[in-house]
Amino acid sequence: MPVPAAARQLIRYLPVLPAVLLLLVFLAGPVFWAFNASFTNAGLTGRSARDPSWVGLDNYQRLLADPVFPLSLLLTVMFVAGSAVLGQNLLGLVLALLMRRARPAVSAVVGTTVVAAWVLPEIVAAFAAYAYFSGDGTLNQLLRVLGLGGQDWLYAFPMMAIMLANVWRGTAFSMLVYRAALNDVPAEVTEAAQMDGAHGWQRLAFITLPMIRGSITTNLMLVTLQTLAVFTLVWVMTAGGPANASTTLPVLAYLEAFKFGDIGYGTAVASVLILIGAAFGLVYIRLLKDSRS
Amino acid sequence: MTATARTARPLPAGTGATARPGRSSTPADAVLLLIGASFLLPLLWLILASLDTRAGHELQFPAAPGLGNFAAIATPELLLRPLWNSAVLSGGTAAVTLVAAVLAAYPLSRYSSRFNRPFMYTILFGTCLPITAIMVPVYGLFVQFELLDSMPATILFMATTALPMAIWMTRNFMDGVPVSLEEAAWVDGASRMTALRTIVLPLMKQGLGVVFIFVFIQAWGNFFVPFVLLLSEARQPAAVSIFSFFGQHGAVAYGQLAAFSMVYSLPVLALYVIVARGGGSSFALSGAVRG
Repeated sequence: MPVPAAARQLIRYLPVLPAVLLLLVFLAGPVFWAFNASFTNAGLTGRSARDPSWVGLDNYQRLLADPVFPLSLLLTVMFVAGSAVLGQNLLGLVLALLMRRARPAVSAVVGTTVVAAWVLPEIVAAFAAYAYFSGDGTLNQLLRVLGLGGQDWLYAFPMMAIMLANVWRGTAFSMLVYRAALNDVPAEVTEAAQMDGAHGWQRLAFITLPMIRGSITTNLMLVTLQTLAVFTLVWVMTAGGPANASTTLPVLAYLEAFKFGDIGYGTAVASVLILIGAAFGLVYIRLLKDSRS
Repeated sequence: MTATARTARPLPAGTGATARPGRSSTPADAVLLLIGASFLLPLLWLILASLDTRAGHELQFPAAPGLGNFAAIATPELLLRPLWNSAVLSGGTAAVTLVAAVLAAYPLSRYSSRFNRPFMYTILFGTCLPITAIMVPVYGLFVQFELLDSMPATILFMATTALPMAIWMTRNFMDGVPVSLEEAAWVDGASRMTALRTIVLPLMKQGLGVVFIFVFIQAWGNFFVPFVLLLSEARQPAAVSIFSFFGQHGAVAYGQLAAFSMVYSLPVLALYVIVARGGGSSFALSGAVRG
């Protein structure tokens, strides 16, 4: 061999280089920049923008003292638990299960509608949701028809409206994952259970769900991570208001950095969010590794 | 669907029929239709308002339905330039992503090395990071290197955010192309890269199309990244210009806003239909979700 094995290995992997460079510069770079900047008083404009100075843990101490941060954390947890883990995940599963029993034409039409809300650009979906929940929007029109009093949902229950909007927007993903998973469950297995006298619910709980366990975990992790990062929906519907009542962590980071010009504090919030995402990511990869070995 | 990676069984069509005949049930139909109707309602407003020059928030049939809103927004500054910017941004992002992903996927798919598994898991970890969280630091980085308001830099950043998922999918599709086909080419003296270009890529055309379209759709719909990184109106894509339009004409022109939204959404809806036709949505999902 004229070329040593190690060098050959290196040359073989040369094509990976562009991707690795991009990921280092534009993904790893900002993450490290964030952790670094969160220890400074970097500002958007003025002296602190040109020449930020090291302030140690000041920003993190401020986070703990700031009443908005715990509120924001709580709202984010509510948002993820309510609209992703419960809302999208369960509704997606229910839709996928119903579609197996319904007429093909019905399931095709409903499937297309659900997917449409997901494929639309996020800003368009956010406008539609905004109009739907606003004072004279469709929801109140419906309630009036039913003889119920309306509200301005975006002011009275902003978080509720955003959570419902996120369920509307994102359920398609869970539905598609579960449809694919259910199609992989061999028909013989459920038929055998049926022969043995298992009822619908029993078949679901003891046969079907355990068989798609892997997809359930994967889906839960992915919808959690997607929902954790939602910004546009909140920004268009309420911009975090009224009075921080819907300021989830991505919105808080944006507001602090760009509206109040405090990049250092904003990146401290962002760093917390990155750490939460990273923790979920590690759990997800652990689960995936376990399921493969 | 010969390129389906690893999973040998055929995958179902995206929204096609899966229920076996004779098992259709009316209660399931009713519940499904009810859920479907509630998903349709918010979309209905968009459609009706776009045809109504006097539209507000409420859902109503236009008194005089017409294309007045579409005519009002059909100007170069309002519509054509933002759409062109969106096309450049999304096309550029998808192209850069695809090239980098194909190059990276090839050694990962073709050579076995201790390096592969840790790399793929690191890549997967990259897909988990909340991109909205890194926008503040990315802004800081762009300011420092004077990249703010630069279209190429924004394209490179958006391509990077799409890259982990694209590498993951592309590798799975590439694993579906048998190595034996390439070996014949090597015997004939073709280099690895020639074999990749002339043999492997043509065989995974469908998979590459799916990756390209998925990245394109994501970039086309992305609001937050260009909102933070592209400042001048001349460079802003439709996602951002539609938002400023909403801010400026907010109280008055809901019909125009809806019309703008419809025109802006049409390309991604069409692209999605193309992918879904070939059973592509679950096809792509299987490339993405399954390892």
